[in-house]
Amino acid sequence: MRMPRLTALLTATAVFTTALTLAANAAEVHVLNWKGYGADEPWAVAAFEKATGNKVVNDFFNSEQEMLTKIRTNPGLYDVVMINAAFNDQAMSEKLIQPIDISKLPNYADISKDKAGSPMLDHDGKVYGVPWVWGLTALAINEKSFDKPPTSIAEMWDPKHKGRVVIRDDAVEAVQFGAIATGQNINDIKDMDAVKTKLTSLMPQIKTFWSSENDWNQMVASNQIDIGTYWSGSADRAKTHFKLPVSLVIPREGAVAWLDAFSIPVGSKNVEGAQAFINWMIDPKFYVEWVTKVGAPVSANTKAVEALPQDAFNRKVMGDPEVAKRIQFQAPITDAQREAYLALWQQLKVDVK
Amino acid sequence: MAVRGAVASRSGLRSALPLLAPAYLWLTVAIFLPLSAMVFFSFMTDLPLSGKPWAFTLGNYAAFFSQGLYLTLLLASLRLGLEVTLWCVVIGYPAAYVLAKVLRGRSREAIFLLVILPFWSNGLVRIFSWAMVLREGGILDTALNAVLPFRINIDLMYSYPAVIIGLVHSYVPYMVLTCYLTLQAIDDSLIEAGRSLGASRLQVLKRVIIPLSMPGLVAGAALIFVPVVGSFMEPRILGGRTGTFYGTVIEDQFVAVFNWPLGAALSFILLAVVLVILAVASPVLRRAA
Repeated sequence: MRMPRLTALLTATAVFTTALTLAANAAEVHVLNWKGYGADEPWAVAAFEKATGNKVVNDFFNSEQEMLTKIRTNPGLYDVVMINAAFNDQAMSEKLIQPIDISKLPNYADISKDKAGSPMLDHDGKVYGVPWVWGLTALAINEKSFDKPPTSIAEMWDPKHKGRVVIRDDAVEAVQFGAIATGQNINDIKDMDAVKTKLTSLMPQIKTFWSSENDWNQMVASNQIDIGTYWSGSADRAKTHFKLPVSLVIPREGAVAWLDAFSIPVGSKNVEGAQAFINWMIDPKFYVEWVTKVGAPVSANTKAVEALPQDAFNRKVMGDPEVAKRIQFQAPITDAQREAYLALWQQLKVDVK
Repeated sequence: MAVRGAVASRSGLRSALPLLAPAYLWLTVAIFLPLSAMVFFSFMTDLPLSGKPWAFTLGNYAAFFSQGLYLTLLLASLRLGLEVTLWCVVIGYPAAYVLAKVLRGRSREAIFLLVILPFWSNGLVRIFSWAMVLREGGILDTALNAVLPFRINIDLMYSYPAVIIGLVHSYVPYMVLTCYLTLQAIDDSLIEAGRSLGASRLQVLKRVIIPLSMPGLVAGAALIFVPVVGSFMEPRILGGRTGTFYGTVIEDQFVAVFNWPLGAALSFILLAVVLVILAVASPVLRRAA
């Protein structure tokens, strides 16, 4: 009895391994992105696979640092990686990503000129990142707590919301939010003490620090919070997809804007598939479906935004030139700055205990 | 005789080797190697896998002493560990006594099952279910207001008590189990002898039962105190604004900023502090036991 069972086991293992190897040989596109962020939508993946014959394998990260570590430690594994433009420079200088041949991306021509020409993504005339979507870290409100939406960031400090305010547990976001509240440039904070004082006075207002969309949405669903910092795409998803009483407020003091872009890592085994996937992701058809079905940030592709209905939030509000004047795009941050921000943030969290 | 004895014990060791090997191999691979890697990391300026140049430094350990916030947090975590352990004793010890000495047969099995039940569910699920119970408008709030004639507002979520409740719930079974084992081993005739010699119930408890069950109490306390001091999941989810502890700061270093060297150094400082506390406490506890 013993031998046949062992043989069976060995055969099974062999068959399984062969199957895996075969699967790996088929054209695969390994994508690294945030979870639940467009590239892993089942309907989008299925349509892409059907149209191009490539198979999509998704992998996820929980922070930009984790993303960088994953491409550093797995050279050749990923074909497409989604990198916040503020981190593109670091990835390029570490030789983690390669220049992209934009002639293979028909949709690239429709990307708005200010995004496609961003010095954060283009180096020495070569394109290292294809702008995908952009959005804001602004405020979102629980509609049940407001008769009319507030216009100022100062609402977060209003004593009537004491204990019903949330802010994300992220040092960089918190410090940049403090910079906006004190009327400073988020990429060149001159008066750090003012930021610290402002944030110190915010801490007693706070209920908790959120870390995922799910946290935020649950607290609104159980009516535990009035207002907090939130991402524009997430606020849209909360309203469209989860039918929650959430609306985004872009305060008159401004908001932090970020740009997400796709890159191709050095050593990608399927550059062609990667190009096809990136082109698919910036296509108006995918974008409109993403916004309608799930809710999304604003596409960098002007034709994709124009394909939305006239009154769509991502077209009407986010496309408003008045809004464009108020927002500040995040620029790269040095490691030293990041550590200083974290030290400040941790100190604030300890002081409030 | 002596020679034969030595031969016998050596061959005993040899025959025991195949039995010991898997456990030691596992310990080496799963605990010793990663821990030594972490010790190594804690003395580095940067991780070698980031592709950046690195060097050896004591800076990560110096950071603990140069910034007051780590010490503040460490003290807060130690206090949390003590409080949770205390509550576990208060709740777990009587339960263990009832299980060991009062209940018999079926009812004991049923209660025992209830005690162990939390172990069968995922820790994260337990914490999130507490979140539903403790929040304003949650299960506790609604239930109490349905019964009580006056209106009270219960919102324990995102507070220090919520962290204590979550942690006590997770760890009280350890206390029940260790105390149950020592309490059950106490011979009933000792208690009867004490009673028949004129001791009151309280005296029997103080002079017979507690001293004899002390090893279980000490073991349970150590099992609870050590992980609670380093806990990060419960404080983060249930603690809200007040949920920053030593464990959450270590987690931040690993997850949020990828500063593994500092995270590792902070972990080893915690390990050292806990070992010192246990070493200082052990003679006292041993005398008590």
